[in-house]
Amino acid sequence: MASLELSGVRKAFGTTPVLDDLSLTLEAREFIAFLGPSGSGKSTLLRIIAGLESADAGEIHLEGRRIDGLPPGERGVAMVFQHYALYPHMTVRENMAFGLRNARVPKDEIARRVGDAARVLEIEEHLDTKPGQLSGGQRQRVAIGRAIVKQPKLFLLDEPLSNLDAALRMRTRVELAQLRQKVDAAVIMVTHDQAEAMTLADRIVVINDRTIQQVGPPMEIYERPANVFVAQFVGSPAMTLLPAKMVEGRSQNAKLKLGDGAEVETAVPRSKLKDGELRLGLRPENVRVVAKSKATTKARVELVERLGERTLVYARLANGQAITAEDEGNSRVRIGDEVGIRIDGAAAHVFGADGASHHARTRP
Amino acid sequence: MTLGGRKAQLEGFAFVAPFLLLYLFLLIYPLLRGIELSFHRADPFADGRFVGLDNYARLAADPVFRQSMWNTFKVTLMIVPVLTMIALALALALNRATRGAAIFRGIFFSSSVLSVTIVTLIWRFVLAPDAGLLGELSTALGWEPLPFLSHPDLALPALAITTIWWSLGLPMMLFLAGLQQIPEDMYEAAALDRASRWTTFWRVTLPSLKRTLILVVMLQTAAQLQLFGQAQLLTAGGPSGASRTAVLFIYEVAFGRWEIGYATAAAEVLFLLIVAVTFAQYWATSRTRDGGDGR
Repeated sequence: MASLELSGVRKAFGTTPVLDDLSLTLEAREFIAFLGPSGSGKSTLLRIIAGLESADAGEIHLEGRRIDGLPPGERGVAMVFQHYALYPHMTVRENMAFGLRNARVPKDEIARRVGDAARVLEIEEHLDTKPGQLSGGQRQRVAIGRAIVKQPKLFLLDEPLSNLDAALRMRTRVELAQLRQKVDAAVIMVTHDQAEAMTLADRIVVINDRTIQQVGPPMEIYERPANVFVAQFVGSPAMTLLPAKMVEGRSQNAKLKLGDGAEVETAVPRSKLKDGELRLGLRPENVRVVAKSKATTKARVELVERLGERTLVYARLANGQAITAEDEGNSRVRIGDEVGIRIDGAAAHVFGADGASHHARTRP
Repeated sequence: MTLGGRKAQLEGFAFVAPFLLLYLFLLIYPLLRGIELSFHRADPFADGRFVGLDNYARLAADPVFRQSMWNTFKVTLMIVPVLTMIALALALALNRATRGAAIFRGIFFSSSVLSVTIVTLIWRFVLAPDAGLLGELSTALGWEPLPFLSHPDLALPALAITTIWWSLGLPMMLFLAGLQQIPEDMYEAAALDRASRWTTFWRVTLPSLKRTLILVVMLQTAAQLQLFGQAQLLTAGGPSGASRTAVLFIYEVAFGRWEIGYATAAAEVLFLLIVAVTFAQYWATSRTRDGGDGR
């Protein structure tokens, strides 16, 4: 049974549209990430689901019950706010119990749920302290605890990791992943961090420009991006996009000619592509630095980023186009070098003039 | 201490010296001089002779002084709670970003910029039984007009009403500033926590305004214990001393009867009282802050 169903949701602030005819269905117990840049409307969508903003049009159903129109507290959702929004004058225990008390849950039931949540989140010894005395990570747990005790049908997490330092963020990410196994509800997380979305979510909803760009499991989003925006937004460093033209021929797969004259044999069927301006999309791992004798083309190195197990090489082709390549961890490439580059055409993506994507028939 | 440390210390003193000197000469010196004066029988033209605690003994036995202190207490108790509640209610009602709210904020604050002379003049027009607004209203309704300014039981309430109207602006602004400090997402969390408007007010808004509330009550208590102008201009302390406040008593003694030493003694008593009340409030509130809501 579907958990959350959005159909035809629209929203405008004044004359500025923020969400345009948006529809989406969540499976039961699914973990969904709303991924998009700032101002893409992802947070607004989350707030509409929570009832903190009203949609101009459309319907929202949660486990079969229509919830748009209900006040936030009646919707069966719980939210973890970006800045936690804990009540500073209440203890941790009171913070977690507040919603249950308002819902007139019996006292012993409240005590049991708060105790259980505190145990799972390892904040038992802080139950009688106030949020002001806690560290950022502990506050985060309290905020999660406050959501858990409500036993909602849907968790809404608004940038849950953005206020934590790098080490704590990694740890909390793992904990969130473990936690979601323990709760019997669907989860929506808003984030602009693709690594968070990739590691935590069952499916990612890429949102930009007021609308959903693509919905799919993380690897599908990565391997088969629906359009130029998704291709460039997901993946770090971003996918290289090179203007290219189709080379006439009788082969089944399209052969593309780059701006510097190099030709790349792709695995995209020729029949799918229209003539005209095309763009070749290349992930860094599909562009290797090689000896010039084995190279597809040559490029001059502008920046070398040593990451330990691999090296990222930012370079320019002869015609000035930027390309990102990968090399061994112990690469000897230096800035200013001219290096050979081998492009793995079979893994390349091709984008038409309209931005739509074409991929190899089988996954690489 | 090293040479550099001492030099740095001197530099520090040099920076605070201008303020410190002003503070010493304009505040501390007069304060001490006042205490000294209260032990003398003095008039404006001579320091007079030392009389020890005579002035204080006289005060203790003076029914007029005792009445004025009692009046001061009563009027402060009439003003501070009501003023605080009205100011808070106004702030809650006007804490929104609409043009109308901005206009009303201005209107409610405007009374504070008037001088006490204008304020008492306005309220004389309202309160006077024969030609005042309330008097006319009562007559029109067929009631006997209440003699606000000439009845011993009504003079203090008349002072209180006038003062509340005059003093609303600042507490309202302080509450508004306090309200703006409360992050919006706390209200959103409360909405998701199914808190009713009433619960939200008691459990989210009011606790967040606690510091502001304490500040307003302490400032207003200290201010109203020194109530003077309204009493002098509206009722001249009458009838038969029913609205004479402590400061009005001090003023009359000092500049009517020229008994500077005696007046100073009264001023010292009032000063100690204000300090005591302020500290008592501070102590009471800081105690509850540590333990009271910690359970």
